[in-house]
Amino acid sequence: MTYYTFAFYAFAAIILLSAYAVVTSKNVIYSAFSLMLTFFGVAGFYALLGADFIAIVQLIVYVGGILTLMLFGVMLTNKITETEIKTGVFQVLPASIIIGMFSGVLIASISNNRWTVAEKLNNPQNSLVGIGSILMNEYILIFELLGVLLLIALIGAASIARK
Amino acid sequence: MMIYDFFISIFHNELIAAFLNSIIPVAFIVPFALFAVYLERKVSAHMQDRLGPMRVGAHGWLQSFADILKLLQKEDIVAAKADKKLFNIAPVLTFVGCYAVFAVIPFSSAYIGANLDLGLLYIVAVSGFVVAGILMAGWGSNNKYSLFGAVRSAAQIVSYEIPTTLVIITIIIVTKSLNLYDLSVNQTSNMFNWMIFGGYVEGWHKIALIPFMFIGFIIIYISTLAEVNRTPFDIPEAESELVAGYHTEYSGMKFAMFFLAEYANMFAVSAIVSAIFLGGFQSPFGYLGSTLNLPWLIPIEQFFWFASKGIFFVFVQMWLRWTLPRLRVDQLMAMCWKYLIPIAVVNLLIVALIMVL
Repeated sequence: MTYYTFAFYAFAAIILLSAYAVVTSKNVIYSAFSLMLTFFGVAGFYALLGADFIAIVQLIVYVGGILTLMLFGVMLTNKITETEIKTGVFQVLPASIIIGMFSGVLIASISNNRWTVAEKLNNPQNSLVGIGSILMNEYILIFELLGVLLLIALIGAASIARK
Repeated sequence: MMIYDFFISIFHNELIAAFLNSIIPVAFIVPFALFAVYLERKVSAHMQDRLGPMRVGAHGWLQSFADILKLLQKEDIVAAKADKKLFNIAPVLTFVGCYAVFAVIPFSSAYIGANLDLGLLYIVAVSGFVVAGILMAGWGSNNKYSLFGAVRSAAQIVSYEIPTTLVIITIIIVTKSLNLYDLSVNQTSNMFNWMIFGGYVEGWHKIALIPFMFIGFIIIYISTLAEVNRTPFDIPEAESELVAGYHTEYSGMKFAMFFLAEYANMFAVSAIVSAIFLGGFQSPFGYLGSTLNLPWLIPIEQFFWFASKGIFFVFVQMWLRWTLPRLRVDQLMAMCWKYLIPIAVVNLLIVALIMVL
């Protein structure tokens, strides 16, 4: 077992345990901080796969952006600690049907896929250069449209906040 | 030869070598923090026409050691209504966020923790953990002053990350690299190859870039000052309103963790600013090692220059702290969103235009 395999299982354990804590915790703050660990574990996976840029963007967007926003939302909400969050078992039959169907699709797609392992690169390329040239050449229109979409969202947020 | 290769040649084991390689910054941060606490007290004292600590050792130079001894002996108090788990994890998380930055800072040509190609982006990314740690401390303390301090601090760090990132993008346009080690190596020993003097660009571009590099330097210095919560941007810990902000409830070693994280962060941002704009570990005058033909001396000299530049900027931070009054919350946000960000965006566009022409 190489160190990379060990690191993979360590990150997988972090993701599974923290994701379980996110769902089962009765305290919103605990859920939010467990979610941070989940994001961290996913970033670790990306780093292990050699996708350094995606790993760092995962941290910037999810830990630095979305998680902070969620924490702010929780902390600025009145009396959030007094509300009980129900984490019991409800609606067993519909839930198990949906979960069964979904896991069936997942297992089928996992077992039918031919998993090929890429050749190990001795000197991995900086993935940023490739991503940048693809975004700026092939997908330039989509890239610009996404920029416009984000701008619209920003203007909308600002105009709602003003009311 | 890199220190990591040296460890490999001794232990023939990647894991041990990587571990030793990763704890080297601790050996730098802890003595630095002791020195910086002493320096801060002396600088503040002399600026206010006092003498500062004088009793412990000659001119009080043992004062920091005495403080550490005191902190080690203190009872570890957890407030009765505090959230114990979050309260105990928060100092560690904050320190981890600060320490993670040191992984990509080149201390000399022989030492960098991890030679990442995306070092500059990585620094932006890991500062998210500091925000999370501060929010955790504020919430876990279950104290209104702590919570106010934490929310203010997080809002401030998140806002001032934008001008920092814009200046970093400006630098990427000029250097076409995000690797801090390459950035430092390329700003060779001649002072005029430093980024603040237009970098290692050739032709008229270099002269055209100089004023905009100065603007970028000033913006990134102001915004990193705000990111480490130092005066004039220290409303998260404003003594007159919030006791001590997010670490009000902490005592003993946990308080020391926050303190260490704060001083580590001060040095980290100073080191990043000097690595980006002032040549990092490069000497301004050439190397004694190359004059005397002693190649092993060069990395040591580089470490000296790196530490001097970092400590100089830490000194400037202290100087500003004892000179300027604190900004109000609205002034703080206006400073960021109405002045720094527009200037940084225009600066970015002009630099991009110069590099395209």
